[in-house]
Amino acid sequence: MSMSRNWRTLGIAAMVLLGLGAPLVIYPVFLMNVLCFALFACAFNLLIGYVGLLSFGHAMFFGFASYLCAHGVKEWGWDPLVGIAAGTAVAVALGVIAGAIAIRRQGIYFAMVTLALAQMVYFFCLQARFTGGEDGIQGVPRRHILGLLDIANDLILYYVVLVIFAAGFLLVYRTIHSPFGQVLKAIRENETRAMSLGYAVDRFKLIAFVLSAGLSGLAGATKAIVFQLASLTDVSWQMSGEVVLMTLLGGMGTIFGPVIGAALIVSMQNYLASLDEWVVVIQGVIFVAAVLLFRRGIVGETIVLLARRCQRQAAGLEGSIVVESAALDRRLTSVAP
Amino acid sequence: MFELIGVPPQALFAQLLLGLINGAFYSLLSLGLAVIFGLMNVINFAHGAQYMMGAFCAWMLLNYLGVPYWGALVLSPLVIGLFGILLERVLISRLYDVDHLYGLLLTFGLALIIEGLFRKQYGSSGLPYANPIPGGANLGFMFLPWYRAWVVAFSLFVCLGTWFVVEKTQLGSYLRAATERPELVQAFGINVPRMITLTYGFGVGLAALGGVLAAPIYSVNPVMGANLIIVVFAVVVIGGMGSIMGSIVTGFGLGVIEGFTKVFYPEASNTVIFVIMAVVLMVRPQGLYGTPR
Repeated sequence: MSMSRNWRTLGIAAMVLLGLGAPLVIYPVFLMNVLCFALFACAFNLLIGYVGLLSFGHAMFFGFASYLCAHGVKEWGWDPLVGIAAGTAVAVALGVIAGAIAIRRQGIYFAMVTLALAQMVYFFCLQARFTGGEDGIQGVPRRHILGLLDIANDLILYYVVLVIFAAGFLLVYRTIHSPFGQVLKAIRENETRAMSLGYAVDRFKLIAFVLSAGLSGLAGATKAIVFQLASLTDVSWQMSGEVVLMTLLGGMGTIFGPVIGAALIVSMQNYLASLDEWVVVIQGVIFVAAVLLFRRGIVGETIVLLARRCQRQAAGLEGSIVVESAALDRRLTSVAP
Repeated sequence: MFELIGVPPQALFAQLLLGLINGAFYSLLSLGLAVIFGLMNVINFAHGAQYMMGAFCAWMLLNYLGVPYWGALVLSPLVIGLFGILLERVLISRLYDVDHLYGLLLTFGLALIIEGLFRKQYGSSGLPYANPIPGGANLGFMFLPWYRAWVVAFSLFVCLGTWFVVEKTQLGSYLRAATERPELVQAFGINVPRMITLTYGFGVGLAALGGVLAAPIYSVNPVMGANLIIVVFAVVVIGGMGSIMGSIVTGFGLGVIEGFTKVFYPEASNTVIFVIMAVVLMVRPQGLYGTPR
């Protein structure tokens, strides 16, 4: 336990340093893109990694919040923070409705239901007047935050986005490591038993779903401010697929996995943008490879590898040849998704 | 001419026909999904891509080899079905021991690859495919194009044929038994893994058949399947995957409802099936023909 806690502290320390120092080396807009998607993936991971619910429609929260934020800031002259807050709030509301419908089914059906609901939101955004149809909402102004912070400056906006990301990440972290998060894991492992222990399983699922939806909305609304744009791409099923891919690649049910997965996928899209159609094909190949070869994702597989090595070393030090395979297995299952 | 609730009957019947045609595609695709799901517990996300491949295969047969529509109607489902069998053997069969969600993710990845490759090669504007039976009959209250009548009649025939084979023949009884208790059926000396492979090939073939039928109506387009498959998922959720006849009835029924929505409230025609899905989930979560579990 202490080992994995050390690793976690190390990981967080590395992330803080990286987050603070990165814009000195790397283009801030790219970094903000990574942070928005990392937050989106963390929100998604809360659901798939800790409740075992695969949502294939998370773009509806991400994209719809982005539309609302962009519209409010551009047409109604809102402060950017108000826009982000309103986007998050509307994603929460949407999450309550979609969640109440979707949690009535499990497993594969849950994925299909969320996908269909998201498609409904997509068509609404395509037809509604305020979203600007195919053009989306362009030229969203970067107003001073609270009249003080000049976010037209990319570097200043970067640190604002970093704070938003950190807040969202900490919320996910705290949720996972709270008694509430333990109940979620119990539901993931054995829903029937959790129910028989007296937990209102559906309520827990709904709260987790709404939390995940709200954080996805936070990410989407922030992205609208960063790129001064809200478009149909963010609410399409491809976007729902992308966040699944990021989380799968990094490691479902790990804390840092979604962040790493998001960074990798966004970088890939950025550097291979000139290959346009091939990007989709490459994403498909990563999907297939990840499912067949490293189902725990990059971080998940690394944790298992390290745990196995530590176990072997410990066994060697004690001079015993017999590795307690039972203990090892327990350890592996506790870290694996 | 008389009018129905302010709508000219020509428009009404035209949309009814279009609804039946869409319903035919919903039925063919959801039938394939249901058969595959029943045996493999895998939701085949690549189903839309395979439907698109069926249409493209017909187009290629015509333009590269000169094989006419009627030849493609037989050949394309066979070719794409074989492709499906290859996919199942090489990739999907590796996932039977793990969570079923991985099957969904794998086939989603496959769909991205297939659609991306076709878009790279053929662009996304769509290719025309000539109507093999032009013309039609004037029924007085509407004009009935022969080809559209053929699509509705033939897909109904294929759907009912599938129903007959699964529900009324010995082969079908093996299939249904393997859905319930694969180990037991295997113990009776039936090669269940081969049955699974062939079933997947058959489901994929049905999707490809739908693609061939669709080719002369809609243009042959790399994204034609991606948009359809999400609606088909909603159809599957509404019907529940428990019954073959249920899939057929739900598919055609929802197609017709969608057609009528286009007449009376066009703004909602894209979303009506999703709304029905939400309502069904509230009232009867297991689906109209599903069994609660």
